[in-house]
Amino acid sequence: MLLLEAWQFIVDHPQRFFGALSTHVALSAAALGLAIAIALPVGILIADRHRAALIAISAANIGRTLPSLAVLAVAMPILGTGFVPSLFALTLLALPPILINTCTAMRQVDPDIVDAARGMGMTRTQIVRKVELPIATPVIFAGIRTAAVQVVSGAVLAAYIGGGGLGDFITAGIAMMALPQLLVGAIPATLLSIGTDRLFGHLQKVLTPAGMRTR
Amino acid sequence: MKWLRNNWDQVLTALGEHIVISFTSLAIAFALSLAIGIWAARNDRVFRWSIAVSGLLYTIPTLAFLALLIPIVGLGKSNAIICMVAFSLMIMIRNVATGIREVPADVVDAARGMGMRPVEILTRIELPLALPVIVAGLRIATVTVISVAVVAAYVNAGGLGTLIFNGISNDFAPKIWVGALTSCALAVAADFCLASLEGRLRHRTD
Repeated sequence: MLLLEAWQFIVDHPQRFFGALSTHVALSAAALGLAIAIALPVGILIADRHRAALIAISAANIGRTLPSLAVLAVAMPILGTGFVPSLFALTLLALPPILINTCTAMRQVDPDIVDAARGMGMTRTQIVRKVELPIATPVIFAGIRTAAVQVVSGAVLAAYIGGGGLGDFITAGIAMMALPQLLVGAIPATLLSIGTDRLFGHLQKVLTPAGMRTR
Repeated sequence: MKWLRNNWDQVLTALGEHIVISFTSLAIAFALSLAIGIWAARNDRVFRWSIAVSGLLYTIPTLAFLALLIPIVGLGKSNAIICMVAFSLMIMIRNVATGIREVPADVVDAARGMGMRPVEILTRIELPLALPVIVAGLRIATVTVISVAVVAAYVNAGGLGTLIFNGISNDFAPKIWVGALTSCALAVAADFCLASLEGRLRHRTD
């Protein structure tokens, strides 16, 4: 019954639904993209600097424990409401898992392999690009996957600070106790999040170099 | 700051509520995960299924989960607690099961050779040796639960999120700051305490 009414709501308001859905996806994709663009190079650069890596990982570990809603809420008094403050907060939330995984993955590459590559006459950039990064890929992608799911979930909360997205239907649904509308937000958000997890799980498998696949 | 000085009792009440619902959820989740985890450690199929199902629950966005529960259990603390328990199951089942599985087989064999009954092996050998891994899971679950509890204020569960939501709807920055920073501090403090406990346990079992 409720599901039918929720479906009816989508049929009646296709523009509102798809508008919210596309905002949700755009917000999540932009935040994840930004976070990758920042955390990946930084993680690679500091991986072989012992002190910097230690500091960055400790900071990221603290960042990981912070409640998503607290980070989003604090963006409001500083940056105001809307898409940009939400983007900023979500990017911040996505950074720690990517940074931690990139940094630790690069550090865990067997030094003998790096030595062999150096012995073959590879330059420093060649070693990073052709040896270390491919070996680190599965772990880096695990971090990106965690971050992606976190961002899609966090984007639901962005509705509170005017970021739009599927959370709008949930907050409006709770405020008016309109259950169908609540489901219009909650069910697609759930599917989106599960879909994101699956997608990145698949990408992780595909991008793992053939020689490193376990099966 | 002035707001905090005049309303610190309100903040303390919210903090208290936050700790109580987090702790309640963790206790329920811990009991469930211990039972399922022990079973999963001995049975591969149970392991795969329990991880798959609880992993799926873990992926659902917090606010969507709370919202989906409203038609079933309505608003309030029980809604929040169900959601928080669901979120911590995956982490704790996984850690209990892998913790027990990582106990060396010859240690269990030796215990059996000494004439220990299965229950004794579990309580005196396997669980103590798995304890560091179990505490590591408890640590992640605690941080997750504290974070979920902030959002749960939206379904009238109380806690520090109440301050944040009031602050947002009244556009009153001090309340947002106090709610957000207190919940961050609570999460970081809980993480720190359990991390040092975990470290000490690892040191003891090594």
